[in-house]
Amino acid sequence: MVRYVFRRVIWGALMLLVVSALTFVIFYLLPSGDPAAIRAGRYATPARIAQVRHQLGLDRPIYYQYWLYMKALVWHFDFGTSFKTNLPVRDTIFTRLPVTFSVASGAVVIWILIGIPVGVISAIKRRSLLDRMTMGASLVAISAPVYWLGLIALFLFSKDLGIIKLFGGSGSYVPLFQDPAGWFSSLILPWFVLAAAFAAFYARMVRGNLIETMNEDFIRTARAKGLSERRVIFRHGLRAALTPVVTMAGLDIGTLLGGAVLTETVFNIPGIGRLAYDSIVGSDLPMIQGTVLFGAFFIIVANLIVDVIYAFLDPRVRY
Amino acid sequence: MSSLLEIRDLHVHFRTRDGVVHAVEGAYLSVEREQTLGIVGESGSGKSVTALTVMGLTRFPNATISGEIEFDGADLVTLPDNQMRRVRGRRIAMIFQDPLSSLHPLYKVGWQIVEAIQTHENVSRHEARKRAIAALYEVGIPSPEKRIDSYPHELSGGMRQRVMIAMALVLKPDVLIADEPTTALDVTVQAQILDLIRRLKDEYGTAVVMITHDLGVIAELADEVAVMYAGRVMERAPRETLFTVPELPYTWGLMRSIPRLDAPRPGRLDSISGLPPSLIHLPSGCPFHPRCPYVMDVCLKTEPALEQSGRGHLVACHLPIAERQRIGHELLARNVS
Repeated sequence: MVRYVFRRVIWGALMLLVVSALTFVIFYLLPSGDPAAIRAGRYATPARIAQVRHQLGLDRPIYYQYWLYMKALVWHFDFGTSFKTNLPVRDTIFTRLPVTFSVASGAVVIWILIGIPVGVISAIKRRSLLDRMTMGASLVAISAPVYWLGLIALFLFSKDLGIIKLFGGSGSYVPLFQDPAGWFSSLILPWFVLAAAFAAFYARMVRGNLIETMNEDFIRTARAKGLSERRVIFRHGLRAALTPVVTMAGLDIGTLLGGAVLTETVFNIPGIGRLAYDSIVGSDLPMIQGTVLFGAFFIIVANLIVDVIYAFLDPRVRY
Repeated sequence: MSSLLEIRDLHVHFRTRDGVVHAVEGAYLSVEREQTLGIVGESGSGKSVTALTVMGLTRFPNATISGEIEFDGADLVTLPDNQMRRVRGRRIAMIFQDPLSSLHPLYKVGWQIVEAIQTHENVSRHEARKRAIAALYEVGIPSPEKRIDSYPHELSGGMRQRVMIAMALVLKPDVLIADEPTTALDVTVQAQILDLIRRLKDEYGTAVVMITHDLGVIAELADEVAVMYAGRVMERAPRETLFTVPELPYTWGLMRSIPRLDAPRPGRLDSISGLPPSLIHLPSGCPFHPRCPYVMDVCLKTEPALEQSGRGHLVACHLPIAERQRIGHELLARNVS
């Protein structure tokens, strides 16, 4: 197990290396705004732009830029300086991480609390009206894009432009320790909007898994033992049906920690996702690189954690 | 003395998208105390559905069950679910074909046995665990105090079936239903498991219902044999009778299709021609008539009733008794020589 984890950590580091290199290459290959021109300002002379380019180090060969970047990153954990704000990328990301944590954690709680019970009830009451209704609704929720659902939510329930002025609207985020009530109010809409598709997806997955599990031979054995149907479903059926759900949840959480780009953008929440979006629009290479690397890091770590947890959940899995 | 378990005119139908499946169609069976009833038949002959119905495990929304299953003065067909649950596992236990898929893969075998005990008896965890270890010892599992903390996948197929048997017998049920308990096992292990079932049956005085498609198992273990076909019991006889004068063309077919090592190698194995009938669209008259070499006009029109033929020998066939006995006798005489 220790050896396995060690090997996975090495692979994870290599993966990050590849991701950073790819981000570099893609940035230079794809037509985007010239960061030097953007930074030099609207009426800059070519000489001025060249000067800025030199300051940013953009006049050097790509591989040399990459080498300098990686050297600073590995030796000093330095992600460079934003082209746009001149602030260290590392500090900017760290100030925004708690925001993204807030968005992700609330959404996770909501989608688990909705998705799993709905899935279980649908599986038990299979083909009932309730089952058909929830599965129909879940299809709508999966299909609804976040930017559309987000705007609808703002239009209905936000304090600034909603019909029912209930919750904080776009750009109303305040840190938890500064104003807990404001924090909650500002995040409740993004949480639900972000959780909607996940909850629907999880409900369908739990339903499918549980229905499949309830046809297994060991469920027949459990019934033959004289257990109550409730115990058969919850102790025997769910135990097997939820194991893969844990895996999915772990991976989804990892992905979300890299920033919920759409949700954070629609609700103007200053998290990693919003930062990534802004830096792509502004051709801010160090910031793009930073957000991408952090996102990849969370996904890799989540993968590792999920695999380790899985070994505890399913005794048949051994590393 | 009345039978321990008596099944009368049992019908089990399932409504499916393709039509009504007549899984069991008028089964008559009885299980005597401390005896072994063997039920033989091909896949789809209704043996397993009959057993599951006795356990109350076919009570699906799309199932229709009629007839009587009398057990200890109660009718298991109409017994309410909560009372059925007290019979299930405690008075009538069941083991299944594939012990790997029949045990929960994510729980230790000890936990699963303890759960069975604690479901029916108010004993402490510690006490239940002690009994689980004793049960594992009884079924011949070496160092049971260690094996009790194994997961099913850590055991061999034979060991897993032993665990299933331990779990079924730990509450000393009156009836053990074994649904093809050796089909998924190696041949050498099969014999061990059959020996174990026989030994425990004698020790505990448990009646056994052995469901199988293997006449060898029947010859080995059964006191009484029922031959099922298309959801019906077509022949019932004490084992000795069945293996001296079988009277049903279907039983003859089954016996002919047993490969023999001592006979000169024939060109091909004997088999019953044709396929088992669809349980949705059953043939008219006798359900076996499309495959029966002795088919007569009457077989196409009326279904034969299960009638007394000799002592304790019941047969559902239109052939005259003398004719049946002659052919059955000749068949076995030829097989023995």
